[in-house]
Amino acid sequence: MQRVPLVDYLVLDDEPHLVAAECTGCGARYFDRRSACASCGELDFRSADVPTEGELTTFTIVQFAAEGVEVPFVAGVVDCGGTSVKGNVVNTPPDPEHVTLGMRVRLTTVPVGTDAAGTEAVGYGFEPVP
Amino acid sequence: MAENVWILGISMTRFGKHRDKDTLDLGSEAAIGAMRDAGVGIGDIGVLAAGNLIGGNGFGQLLQKQIGQTGIPVYNVANACATGATALRVVVMAIKSGEVDTGMAVGVEKLSGAGLLTGNARREEGGHWVRDGRYGAVAPLDGRIGTETMPGVFAQIGMEYAHRYGGADFELFARISEKNHAHSTLNPMAAYQKRLTLDEIMNDVMIAYPNTRPMCSANCDGAAAAVLVSETKLRTLSLEQQRRAVKISASVLTSDPWTDGCQVLPDINTLTRRAAATAYEQAGVGPGDLDLVELHDCFATAELVHYDNLGLCEPGGAVDFFRSGAPWRDGSTPVNVSGGLQSKGHPVSATGIANVWEVATHLRGEAGDRQIEGARVGLAHVIGLGSACGVHVLEKAAA
Ligand SMILES: [Zn+2]
Repeated sequence: MQRVPLVDYLVLDDEPHLVAAECTGCGARYFDRRSACASCGELDFRSADVPTEGELTTFTIVQFAAEGVEVPFVAGVVDCGGTSVKGNVVNTPPDPEHVTLGMRVRLTTVPVGTDAAGTEAVGYGFEPVP
Repeated sequence: MAENVWILGISMTRFGKHRDKDTLDLGSEAAIGAMRDAGVGIGDIGVLAAGNLIGGNGFGQLLQKQIGQTGIPVYNVANACATGATALRVVVMAIKSGEVDTGMAVGVEKLSGAGLLTGNARREEGGHWVRDGRYGAVAPLDGRIGTETMPGVFAQIGMEYAHRYGGADFELFARISEKNHAHSTLNPMAAYQKRLTLDEIMNDVMIAYPNTRPMCSANCDGAAAAVLVSETKLRTLSLEQQRRAVKISASVLTSDPWTDGCQVLPDINTLTRRAAATAYEQAGVGPGDLDLVELHDCFATAELVHYDNLGLCEPGGAVDFFRSGAPWRDGSTPVNVSGGLQSKGHPVSATGIANVWEVATHLRGEAGDRQIEGARVGLAHVIGLGSACGVHVLEKAAA
């Protein structure tokens, strides 16, 4: 089956990982398309693989969201070897007993859905490291 | 040296549900109230700055048709939740520049029943995946990669502080909300004036952990307006006007400087710290001189981090500061004696002027049952996500 990543910065190979656009001037990293570096104004970027394991530095458990968004879910930020990454915490119950500040998590893929052509979209999340 | 700027008149409508009044009714009520309080008429106003996010374009001109079309320049401003403070700041700049000696700032919003302020509802999906936007996303990201809901974003901001410094948990955040709801019982302008117990707050509906419903700002209707004058102009006015005037000792607006973390989660700390530092320097006062503070408690989790950002405590000491009782109305630095946005309400564009009204009313000694006795210096702070931060330091007129 054909697969597409949910976002450009997710790479779906044998070992799925995230790739950032890294400023060649100051090393600042971005996940969205930028015209210039917001830190130093440099125009050139190179791609940099982001470590797939990190520490959960903050989270919330969302119980109310816009129509069509499934709740509850855990949204958080993961410090992946110095790069902050936004993502959901998955594969664990969404409650404060199972999700804690500072916990170790690792990247995993999450199915998003399949379109009319049979192409599967794949997203990412972070799951607890056992 | 640029002119000092003073608040000559200031007014707010009651916050809450105004079924029979539209945006223009509320804006007119605040504007006319501010001019009456100032003892001036529309003919005296040299510049108008107007903020309203929900009502559409050209709010300032529509308001002029209700309160007087005098041909003065109108600045329609928009800066998320800092819109009111931005309007105020525009008038301050106009007076400091010497172009006018009197101006008015107005902010108004009708938000009753607006529900959750969040990203877009998901459209029906199907057809073919198409990459879209600056992330090349093939589907909406809200809920799939983090959250775009305000309660969720601000929950993470509080939890980030909890992770960095420790000591903050669900109960602590709920206790902050308990304080603000207790304060609101003395404020007849507040949308909600109900004292809630800690249990009631913690057991209410969870919106985005750790923020339950009463820990979120209340969507409501309201307006606020202020008439500002130059010090030179003020000296030509009556002694009574001079006695009630409140000095704007600092007026500061900042945006986000680049930080690594703010690329994925808004950083409301850095720009607030910068605004506060600049404001204290402009005013020549320190956090220890403040008799009261109205800060942007859009969520209970946000109030905690701003104790630290505004320098009300030692760096990293916000939890100890709160536990000491300092921000209660009988504490050393009363914070949100109005009840804050959680109970007074948060009609977005009005908020940044209404918090200045609250501080000014205490400095004038006109706050009734909730008066902070002997208040001489106060600070008003707002954050608009994106971000914009407004800080105003106010001082009582010398007797
Ligand atoms: Zn750079």
